[in-house]
Amino acid sequence: MAGIPHDHYEPKSGGEKWLHSRLPIVGLLYDTLFIPTPKNLNWMWIWGIVLTFTLVMQIATGVVLVMHYTPHVDMAFASVEHIMRDVNGGHMIRYFHQNGASLFFVAVYLHMFRSLYYGSYKAPREVTWVIGILMFVLMMGTAFMGYVLPWGQMSFHGTAVITGLFGAIPFIGESIQTWLLGASAVGQPALNRFFSLHYLLPFVLLGLTIVHIWAFHTTGNNNPTGVEVRRTSKEEAQKDTLPFWPYFVIKDLFALAIILAVFMAIVGFMPNYLGHPDNYITANPLATPSHIVPEWYFLPFYAILRAFTADVWVVMLVDWISFGIIDAKFFGVLAMFGAIIVMALAPWLDTSSVRSGRYRPMFKWWFALLVVDFIVLMWVGAMPAEGIYPYISLIGSAYWFGYFLILLPLLGVIEKPTTPPSTIEADFNDHYGDTAVKGGSAAPTPAE
Amino acid sequence: MLRTLTLTAALGLGLLASGVPAPVQAAGEAHVEDFDFSFEGPFGSYDQMQLQRGLQVFTEICAACHGLHYVSYRNLSDEGGPGLPEDQMRAYADQYEVWDPTLLDGEGDYRPATPADKFFNSSLSNAPDLSLMAKARAGFHGPYGTGLSQLFNGMGGPEYIASLMVGYEEEPECALDGPVMDGYYNTAFANGGFSPTCIDENGKHMVPGSWIAMPQPLYGDDVDYADGHSTELHHVAEDVSAFLMWAAEPKLVARKQAGLTGVLFLTVLSVLLYLTNKWIWAPVKHPKKS
Repeated sequence: MAGIPHDHYEPKSGGEKWLHSRLPIVGLLYDTLFIPTPKNLNWMWIWGIVLTFTLVMQIATGVVLVMHYTPHVDMAFASVEHIMRDVNGGHMIRYFHQNGASLFFVAVYLHMFRSLYYGSYKAPREVTWVIGILMFVLMMGTAFMGYVLPWGQMSFHGTAVITGLFGAIPFIGESIQTWLLGASAVGQPALNRFFSLHYLLPFVLLGLTIVHIWAFHTTGNNNPTGVEVRRTSKEEAQKDTLPFWPYFVIKDLFALAIILAVFMAIVGFMPNYLGHPDNYITANPLATPSHIVPEWYFLPFYAILRAFTADVWVVMLVDWISFGIIDAKFFGVLAMFGAIIVMALAPWLDTSSVRSGRYRPMFKWWFALLVVDFIVLMWVGAMPAEGIYPYISLIGSAYWFGYFLILLPLLGVIEKPTTPPSTIEADFNDHYGDTAVKGGSAAPTPAE
Repeated sequence: MLRTLTLTAALGLGLLASGVPAPVQAAGEAHVEDFDFSFEGPFGSYDQMQLQRGLQVFTEICAACHGLHYVSYRNLSDEGGPGLPEDQMRAYADQYEVWDPTLLDGEGDYRPATPADKFFNSSLSNAPDLSLMAKARAGFHGPYGTGLSQLFNGMGGPEYIASLMVGYEEEPECALDGPVMDGYYNTAFANGGFSPTCIDENGKHMVPGSWIAMPQPLYGDDVDYADGHSTELHHVAEDVSAFLMWAAEPKLVARKQAGLTGVLFLTVLSVLLYLTNKWIWAPVKHPKKS
């Protein structure tokens, strides 16, 4: 299925031939496992495996948790405590699942920023990228709904705040909110449907994972140089690539083991560090926590949501133009979803002829600023909306949109990129230049 | 549902304590002391004797108002916990009565508690259940805190509870000019009512803590310890906090052991995979010159 020429599975025995002519599943697995992979991939290309592993881990631990959990407003909190206290190994399974969400988002953010830096989103990988963004949105939805299930104070009031966002949509907002919650307020119907969806969406994610892999196996992996694998013949392709097994499987597993060692230390020694203590208090509709703060992985987008207050001139202008239909609250909601949509549009906003940020001298700095911006937004998202913080959110949000909507199109025009190596092989040999075969690496290869 | 309300009355405490509409500022500074608990750090475990002393303090003092209803009596015999001998645990459970709806042909009646039963609920409607208090109050550094003191000094819920126990003080002088405050001044309690006369012109609190609805429960020498341990206020507060930490996280020791095993296993696995990876890639990265 890959566009890169390589050896395909050949059924040898009679049984293999029999199956292959009826269902070429072994061939599919063979081609997937031995897919030619650019040999110069660096350590930022490991996050896909980490994400796949985390998804499987979350599903496996989640399935066990469901066996002991009760989705009822009067029993949900107690059933989680039952898991923590009485179920064999329940406390570990629950902490794995709880912290697994954080691992998931650490990995997905690094995975996404890797794509943004090395231009993995650009043609011909737009479909991979857009599916990836869709998966990210589904992940956020799944994580949010999962956080509701323990029915603690933050679960309850966080749900009220987030579903309230939909209430900000003009005219139909309240109906949508009621439809989402199954009632006019957060309660039993909301808990039941969030539980159902929290079980369903991970399997949708699993399906999309397969589509995501299918898409980039068709185009081939991007790589740090952004130079495509030579695919005029199998021999040439083999100079640029190595089969996924064993070269990249072992490399990825090594990285995964280190990441899991850190994860294990967090689960074992500080499992509640990333959580909010208020969620160890049973949900009480009558007592609102003094500060409702989302989980850390939502903070950058939460900051963008809160950044556009009624005293920002853009908001005032839009409010005036739309005859008050788009007020500050709705503007914030649009900005939050817009921040994700502009990411999805990156393949069409980026005008540069060079794919990898490594060869884009100006882009590099603006990208670094985007990473800083993301971290600043995460920090400011946890701060109260008072004093200097709203201004920081506003500047941070403005840069986020500015990067995608202005800088990406503009840089492609004004920037003079340096010359990428002619082939992946040349890049690889340059890197291991001391002992590797130097031939053709420094000298420009003849035009293909 | 009523149970839920009781449980979370803790959050309402702040509002209850401030009868006068004084500006309630959760952002006020609170003084939390760093106690040195045996269960801190990756290798820390519960001190069995301390948990038993803490159980005694809880039973004789806290239990008058507060419940512990996620903990079962049988847990008192758990290894790594208070580790009461079984007969003592049974005798402890036997002191309490539980409502059993199956008795008297379905009419229900009270019977003595058995090890399988859960602890009692709070008897005072606005006294929160203490089962999870040590975890629910781990965020005393405020939701905006980085949690770094928690991380590096091992400061968490038990420190907060112990500080609360020893944090009762005379009302500060600045409060004497202001309205009469409901509740009791406590230097560790941040979420209660606050005297408006103790706030300076910049809106800053001049004294730590705030006013809490709960009267001072411990004064020192409140209990007689069978093991002869000191009954000074500081020690009693520390013991009961350790007990409440165990009540909130009974599997802490098992969890740390699993964590340690996991980290060691994965470290060894990483080394093996590192070597395998190096070995596999060697011919590609450093091909022999022919």
